[in-house]
Amino acid sequence: MSILVDSNTRVICQGFTGSQGSFHSEQAIAYGTQMVGGVTPGKGGQVHLGLPVFNSVREARAETGADATVIYVPAAFCKDSILEAADAGIKLIVCITEGIPILDMLVAKEKCDRAGVRLVGPNCPGVITPGQCKMGIMPGYIHLPGKVGIVSRSGTLTYEAVKQTTDCGFGQSSCVGIGGDPIPGSNFIDILGLFEADEQTEAIVMIGEIGGSAEEEAAAFIKTSVSKPVLAYIAGVTAPAGKRMGHAGAIISGGKGTADEKFSALQDAGVKTVRSLADIGSGLSELTGW
Amino acid sequence: MNLHEYQAKQLFAEYGLPVSKAIAVDTAAAAGLATAEIGGDKWVVKVQVHAGGRGKAGGVKLVDSAAAAEEFAAQWLGKNLVSYQTDARGQPVHKILIEACIEFSQELYLGAVIDRSMRRVVFMASVEGGVEIEKVAKETPEKILKTTIDPLTGAQPFQGRDLAFRLGLSGEQVKQFTQLFLGLARLFHDLDLALLEINPLVITAAGDLHCLDGKISIDGNALYRQPKLQKMHDLSQEDEREARAAKWDLNYVALDGNIGCMVNGAGLAMGTMDIVQLYGGSPANFLDVGGGATKERVAEAFKIILSDENVSAVLVNIFGGIVRCDLIAEGVVGAVQEIGVEVPVVVRLEGNNAEQGRAVLEKSDVNIIAATSLSDAAEKVVIAAGGAQ
Repeated sequence: MSILVDSNTRVICQGFTGSQGSFHSEQAIAYGTQMVGGVTPGKGGQVHLGLPVFNSVREARAETGADATVIYVPAAFCKDSILEAADAGIKLIVCITEGIPILDMLVAKEKCDRAGVRLVGPNCPGVITPGQCKMGIMPGYIHLPGKVGIVSRSGTLTYEAVKQTTDCGFGQSSCVGIGGDPIPGSNFIDILGLFEADEQTEAIVMIGEIGGSAEEEAAAFIKTSVSKPVLAYIAGVTAPAGKRMGHAGAIISGGKGTADEKFSALQDAGVKTVRSLADIGSGLSELTGW
Repeated sequence: MNLHEYQAKQLFAEYGLPVSKAIAVDTAAAAGLATAEIGGDKWVVKVQVHAGGRGKAGGVKLVDSAAAAEEFAAQWLGKNLVSYQTDARGQPVHKILIEACIEFSQELYLGAVIDRSMRRVVFMASVEGGVEIEKVAKETPEKILKTTIDPLTGAQPFQGRDLAFRLGLSGEQVKQFTQLFLGLARLFHDLDLALLEINPLVITAAGDLHCLDGKISIDGNALYRQPKLQKMHDLSQEDEREARAAKWDLNYVALDGNIGCMVNGAGLAMGTMDIVQLYGGSPANFLDVGGGATKERVAEAFKIILSDENVSAVLVNIFGGIVRCDLIAEGVVGAVQEIGVEVPVVVRLEGNNAEQGRAVLEKSDVNIIAATSLSDAAEKVVIAAGGAQ
């Protein structure tokens, strides 16, 4: 078991023949992901990386039986790509692209919700189930199949957590980057719920950062609905108010969204927190007794 | 990206919203001429800066002669305004807005933001206008009325009417408010706003609604499709180093400490600042060099970090996911040599080819301290910068 993706997931790529799409599709194939094709409007009928290229997601789905798509198209076209995938009946959309206008995301997210489509991202590293399926830009080699579920708003912090849990020998069930945007397709709560229900996942690492209230909402959810041990780290204790820290969503505004508020909300919910990101692996050992 | 009040009001006027007759000037002489062109015998003169608290800082004044308007402009143009919302240096004043004075009987508040939890544009209105709305929200949240906009259908007239009646408006004012609400919703949508505020929205002596102030922030991610707004961008209101970093696609935020940080990834950059502090140090900046940490970008990042004279050591923290650490190490060595970095540089490399990367650092003859782990790096850079504070 795992969450969202496994060796049976049939993946297509939107923006398949572009530089990002090509590079990361090649990596995904090498990792063993069941890539079944790609979409680039106007290049239908071609073969790229040994896989068929289609003009539309509808066509790609009909021909390949794809059930998931990973999107690398430029930000200006992402809303259209997400809506196209949802309309074609794809049930898992992972959008890697950074820089999508917020108003585009409000519409895309609403449409996905109404269609019962799971959207992950944008502005995220993607989703991986180690040894089975890699949808995104994360380096595959740092992962190890195992028992820790990782969910994070930051790409490189996810890699830190992955590396530490690999070095400790715990491994990961699945890792989900929910992205650094203010309007993410999936939130902590969505992914925590999936990890709670997943048999393979024995403990959860949650990595948050300043801005918004997703971590506080997650804390409330963990209190009522998560029985598995959860370790959390929040980045941005030293971040000044009112400044955007790289990610569009990482901003303390009106005194809200500080790291300290998030740490205390999580602690109140019984979550073990670590103040140093170097302590994720050791913190997990203490928490679980592994 | 923020706009000035005069720019926000120009946009309001284009959307048919009631604003005062006003002229933005950049010389004292023009300020005097503007009073004549606007007419009347009283004017409000306001400095134009990207910060609140202008009134308390003396940046807003009621004048009753052209000479007084000129004097105000002469006093402020070229100076910096310091308010509770700015840093100690303040924001430079390059424009003064001269506006017809309006008599009013009541101050309301009307604003819109994107609510991240609800994933909706939310309009907020209150009878408590003219004061800090954050304070109202905290002390008397029941006085903030809200309506949320469905992203698929947009704002509807009934939502405007509903807010108007709940604000206690009646008759013609309800119609005016509804028009105002719909106009603002259109503006928010058309121009990709992130925040919109009219504080105060006043009821004039004649009983009409009128936008006395205006604040607009635009979603930076959407600027590519807003060419008109791009031209309104006033770079003088931004931190010089942040603006320079932005040109190189580097995310830089200046802080007060003495340990410069160069990191790939926004989350890791924050985490690095935090761990520096945990080890007793104080970060001088946030800097995300992004995924493609090439030699040129690394060199430029060093230049920006070192332009802050408080910096007494630099921590480079790279998790090479896809990029190879040995290439990054070569970039760091090259950049340090090229620009002659004189402060100690601690480098932590992890991920792809990290071993080879560390070897490159050790073989070089520049003053680089290779760290074996993140904790080790934080400890070393704090010592290199003169010890814990």
